[in-house]
Amino acid sequence: MSDDGLVLLQLHEPGETPVPHQDEAGLAVGIDLGTTNSVVAFSFDTEVEVLKDENGKALIPSVVHYKDDGSVVVGREAREAILESPDQVVSSIKRLMGRGLEDVKSLAGTLPYDVEVPPEGGMVRLRVAGRTLTPVAISAHILMAIKDRAEQAMLGKAVTRAVITVPAYFDDAARTATKDAARLADIEVLRLVNEPTAAALAYGLDNSVEGLYAVYDLGGGTFDISILKMEKGVFQVKATGGDAVLGGDDIDHAVAEYFLAQRQAGAAITAGEVKQALMTARVAKECLTGRQSGEWMIELDGTASRHSLTRDELEKLAAPFVERTIEICRGVVEDAGIDVSDIQGVVLVGGSTRMPLVRKRVAEFFGREPLSDINPDEVVAVGAALQAEALTRGSDTLLLDVTPLSLGIETMGGIVEKVIPRNTPIPVAMAQEFTTYQDGQSAMSIHVVQGEREMVDQCRSLARFVLRGIPPMAAGAARIRVTFQVDADGLLTVSAQEMTTGIEQHVAVKPSYGLSDDEMANMLRDSLVHAKDDMAQRLLTESVVEARRSVLAVKSALGVDSDLLSDDERQAIDAAIEAVETACAGTDRDAVNAAVETLEDSTKGFAEKRMDRGIRQALAGVSVERLDDALGGE
Amino acid sequence: MTASIATAAASVVPCWSCKGPVATRALFCSVCGAVQGPGTIDHFSRLGLQPTFDIDLDLLEKQYFGFQRRLHPDRFAAKSAKERALSQSQATALNEAYETLKDPLKRAAYVLDLKGHKVDLTACGTINDPVLLMEQMEKREAIAEADTVDTITKLSAEADTEVIACQCHISAAINAGAFEEAVHLTIRLKYLAKLAEEARTKKTRMTRAMR
Ligand SMILES: [Zn+2]
Repeated sequence: MSDDGLVLLQLHEPGETPVPHQDEAGLAVGIDLGTTNSVVAFSFDTEVEVLKDENGKALIPSVVHYKDDGSVVVGREAREAILESPDQVVSSIKRLMGRGLEDVKSLAGTLPYDVEVPPEGGMVRLRVAGRTLTPVAISAHILMAIKDRAEQAMLGKAVTRAVITVPAYFDDAARTATKDAARLADIEVLRLVNEPTAAALAYGLDNSVEGLYAVYDLGGGTFDISILKMEKGVFQVKATGGDAVLGGDDIDHAVAEYFLAQRQAGAAITAGEVKQALMTARVAKECLTGRQSGEWMIELDGTASRHSLTRDELEKLAAPFVERTIEICRGVVEDAGIDVSDIQGVVLVGGSTRMPLVRKRVAEFFGREPLSDINPDEVVAVGAALQAEALTRGSDTLLLDVTPLSLGIETMGGIVEKVIPRNTPIPVAMAQEFTTYQDGQSAMSIHVVQGEREMVDQCRSLARFVLRGIPPMAAGAARIRVTFQVDADGLLTVSAQEMTTGIEQHVAVKPSYGLSDDEMANMLRDSLVHAKDDMAQRLLTESVVEARRSVLAVKSALGVDSDLLSDDERQAIDAAIEAVETACAGTDRDAVNAAVETLEDSTKGFAEKRMDRGIRQALAGVSVERLDDALGGE
Repeated sequence: MTASIATAAASVVPCWSCKGPVATRALFCSVCGAVQGPGTIDHFSRLGLQPTFDIDLDLLEKQYFGFQRRLHPDRFAAKSAKERALSQSQATALNEAYETLKDPLKRAAYVLDLKGHKVDLTACGTINDPVLLMEQMEKREAIAEADTVDTITKLSAEADTEVIACQCHISAAINAGAFEEAVHLTIRLKYLAKLAEEARTKKTRMTRAMR
């Protein structure tokens, strides 16, 4: 046991320990799964390549065409089919990830497709071309197309893992839905990273930006604003905010409505017309980025109409949405406990930040010209790719993110008691104690919500948990400690324990808008991909990783303490190690696990002798590691 | 002799990975390199800081970043499930320590808790101290009645000054070992901070309305 700091450096200096068997696991990419467009990128030695199709296009329209013959087409081709077969094409599905009936009501009229909610509640379903699909399944189709694109661009190498970005303001249900979609598409999610944080990583990695930065991210369907402290490879989110249903799509809708009102006052508007008007509106909005005015045609069912629009008119239509983003910025600056003038720079992200009005208002609010050196459509994917490389090959950068929304539980009278406030650094765990209110009560129901309002019905329902198996006690005697844990992906898990008996409670989770485990299992079964084989493969991989860790641990122990062993003991251990290594080379998971167990058994005596020696040395005053002071300052 | 054996035994625990001895508070096993659990140490020790109310916030941040760089789950994404879980617990414990020590109010309550004096910061509403109650009511009224930007700006500045003054008093009381008084002052700080917050919010609102 030598100098602690030194040992640490040897073993854990990032980048020095290459992750073994990298190739077996497949390549890891960064995916920006956007409302309107998606982008995929790959990083090697922090050189990022945005992966393009054969025509050199980076953007993959997040549009899916479900054809009559049962085939599924994603991207540009699907987008072109919107006009011919509007009822077979789905776009902007990201807006429905993890959404339920109430959300759909509030979006009513802005959704270009038929939506239904299952009688038992939960996540909405879409009726498309005679099929009933969940937003998760539709997103999975987009992700599969992205995976194909990446594998083609990487010359046929398997792409199996990814960092996928989500809006910072995405709630737990939408994050879970995104992870589920990746699972259906046979992609292992290394991490869900918030879009503004990924963009900051893309800007900040070369250390050219330091200090407090704001990332303003206006996409097709979501708006995020994050304030980060960036220095020496650390990206610390101070505060984040946004609106999960505010984006460029809203501006398109406003323009489309303007066109439709001109086209035929009073007459019924068909679904086809709405889609055509939306496409025209999008084109008009994009054209007016570079021009002052223009004229566009909407032609459907033999009726053609001409529509002119000036930039001034467009900006009048867009202004309410842009102003809302500025209001949100104001709130987040306050949350961060800083003054606007403390912010050293503003980064623009998302295609909608190309609008001159957006740039003008952002510059006015922050009092400085925003940065957009990196293509705002690609910057998030670039950051995601950098993080994918950091997670698989090691890196010295550190992303410290926060919870975007407060997490609370329902108490008496429908009032929310906050358990984890918004802008708390993740991962985080907080515990709350509950008691029973009836003699002998054996179960208790807990309702978890997310949001800032005081009343439950104004927040978003995340899940209902039922705690069962509470030991029979008098009312108020049981003490049930419920722990809410948010991991580095921003996902919530709950565990519970009865404190007077120490009995771990069973927590039955019913996600309010997610898919139940059964649904997910069904979808995996009849999906899309060979999920079953895939699951077995994943379990095998996990066992092999674990087995290799065990072998390395035993070998390290032999390196320092082998003098404690007789020749026979040593031989037994060596044989057990070899057996594990042989099993790892095969494909039988049970054999791997059994070999590891044998290894553990054969090293029991060795471990005891090592512990004895350690205690004897401690007694003799040989210093055991004190890492507390050795670590912090670098 | 038996006592020292117990102490020695308590300073060493088996590493979950290689099963050999590892210091109770070690972050990594010095033999096999495996990350260890966060254990139950106080927030100051966790961040390698002296247990005092008067901490250097830049140093706090530096220590926090330094530990997170090594323990954050992003460092363990390609490791075994057990190591990923331990890293998550470590990072969670670091975040809790950082959030507690960063905030003067939470830090004061925490330092006093370590000294065996509980301050209940969650108890809200009723103020037991009549002097504090009176003072708070008057100030709250003044903020509510402020009708010009100048008045609210002045009140906000005053409130901020009082917060800082109270923090100085807490520091002095703790250093003098006057823990009862420090508890009292910490409760006062809680209400002063709330007032300062109210004044700031109103100031922002009124300044914005002016534009
Ligand atoms: Zn070890």
